[in-house]
Amino acid sequence: MRYMLMIYTAPGTWEGMSEEERNSTMGEYYDYTDSLENAGILRAGAPLESVDTATTVRVRDGERLTTDGPFAETREVLGGYYVIEVDTLDEALDHAARIPGARHGSVEVRPVVQVPARQ
Amino acid sequence: MTGGPAADAIAAVFRSEFGRAVAILARVLGDVSDAEDAVQDAYAQALRRWPETGVPDNPAGWIVTVARNRAIDRLRRERALDERRAELTRRATERLMTDPLFDSTDEIPDERLRLIFTCCHPALNREAQVALTLRLVGGLEVREIARALLSSEDAVAQRLVRAKRKLRVAAVPLRVPAGDELPSRLAAVLAVVYLVFNEGYAATSGPDLLRDDVAGEAVRLGKVLVELMPDESEAAGLLGLMLMQHARRQARTAADGSLVLLEQQDRGLWDTAAIGEGIALTERALRLRRPPGPYAIEAAIAAVHAEAPAWDDTDWRQLAALYRELHAVSPSPVVELNRAVAVAMADGPAAGLAMLDRLEDSPELASSHLLHAARADLLRRSGRADEAADAYRVAVGLATNDAERAFLSGRLAETTR
Repeated sequence: MRYMLMIYTAPGTWEGMSEEERNSTMGEYYDYTDSLENAGILRAGAPLESVDTATTVRVRDGERLTTDGPFAETREVLGGYYVIEVDTLDEALDHAARIPGARHGSVEVRPVVQVPARQ
Repeated sequence: MTGGPAADAIAAVFRSEFGRAVAILARVLGDVSDAEDAVQDAYAQALRRWPETGVPDNPAGWIVTVARNRAIDRLRRERALDERRAELTRRATERLMTDPLFDSTDEIPDERLRLIFTCCHPALNREAQVALTLRLVGGLEVREIARALLSSEDAVAQRLVRAKRKLRVAAVPLRVPAGDELPSRLAAVLAVVYLVFNEGYAATSGPDLLRDDVAGEAVRLGKVLVELMPDESEAAGLLGLMLMQHARRQARTAADGSLVLLEQQDRGLWDTAAIGEGIALTERALRLRRPPGPYAIEAAIAAVHAEAPAWDDTDWRQLAALYRELHAVSPSPVVELNRAVAVAMADGPAAGLAMLDRLEDSPELASSHLLHAARADLLRRSGRADEAADAYRVAVGLATNDAERAFLSGRLAETTR
């Protein structure tokens, strides 16, 4: 069984940090990620781009509704995730629209940050 | 200053070629922001050079060539500054030097359709779509967009930065959607253009009822769409609709700036050439698609008014039928309201009032002056002056536009005299 670990922080937390705090936090993330990797349990995981880069897809009566931004309804929380590698947002949205959850919930499509290897 | 073109003339040439140049550069660079920067660099160079050399014979070719060279310069500087991106910038530079899109500067391929669909991508909200389309396709400056949208320059600038960042970070492609995807994507493009038109045609707030340059900009975008998609019925319908509404602009305001309703307009002031063009486009839209879409039907409605030599000669039955058809493809209480007005003209105010009664509970109309103004007018025509005055009072309170408020207040005064 696999688990997804979702990290929620208040907006602006990262930006509010000093350079030093950021470096130390990054160090902790690298260490934590290393520990998962060394334990052989890491399957996928990455920081996401900020929420203002999100697009939301719904399918109702077979018709696709695409909207700008996150699905900001407090009752719905993230329930699972796929990471796919395609060239463009349009392809990603096509895949998102085929996820069964899109018919009753919403699928938020967000680009993933490519983290450079530790120097 | 020599005898060369003034800054205004250079700005006008650039504005008309801007979208075409950005579209080509974006195609090669893969990023609309970089393309915009390159074309903006070319503009700065034109402002320095053209006053002495004059406008080149082929301004589009000149702009694309200079923008391409500026983009290569920028990439070289970037490569020197950022080694990690060396490979990326090297590849982009190579594309700029060898891409077949640049084979001939005499005949610049038109890539604007991709750019338009990207600017109106559903991953962007409507406000971002509008601002981006006016900036990248229309070539308007930030301050011009702010004026058109009655927004602040800061707000527009931020909206543009955020939209362009999303296009880049989320990798929104420059492509024309095909198949099942096309109708809804095209509808978004047409909605953006019509929204710009309406901002100019009936400003939703503020002192000016008409802002011709904004509506004119929408007409220009509409012409680009029809040129690029000659077989799309709705594109032709939208342009026809805008041309016929725009053709009435001289008659729509009085010398003192007050609103003149269609009924009172001096039809001699209508632009007959634009109406002729609008009617031809409407006929084309109706030929291209059966049953017609909402823009084609709205254009047909505008054509019925345009073809009537006087208000009393209007074919109200035809209008009522067209509103019924419009309601079937695009249901809305505003359409029903217009149908009620047409029915009242054809069959007398009582028939129209009965239809308006059924719209009383519509939440969409509750906060608008439209229903009350229409009701007031039909009551007035029925000789029910007291009830008409009450309805005019409510309508005056709800109107958001100074000219419309002044008109309704005038009617109220006449009714209570």
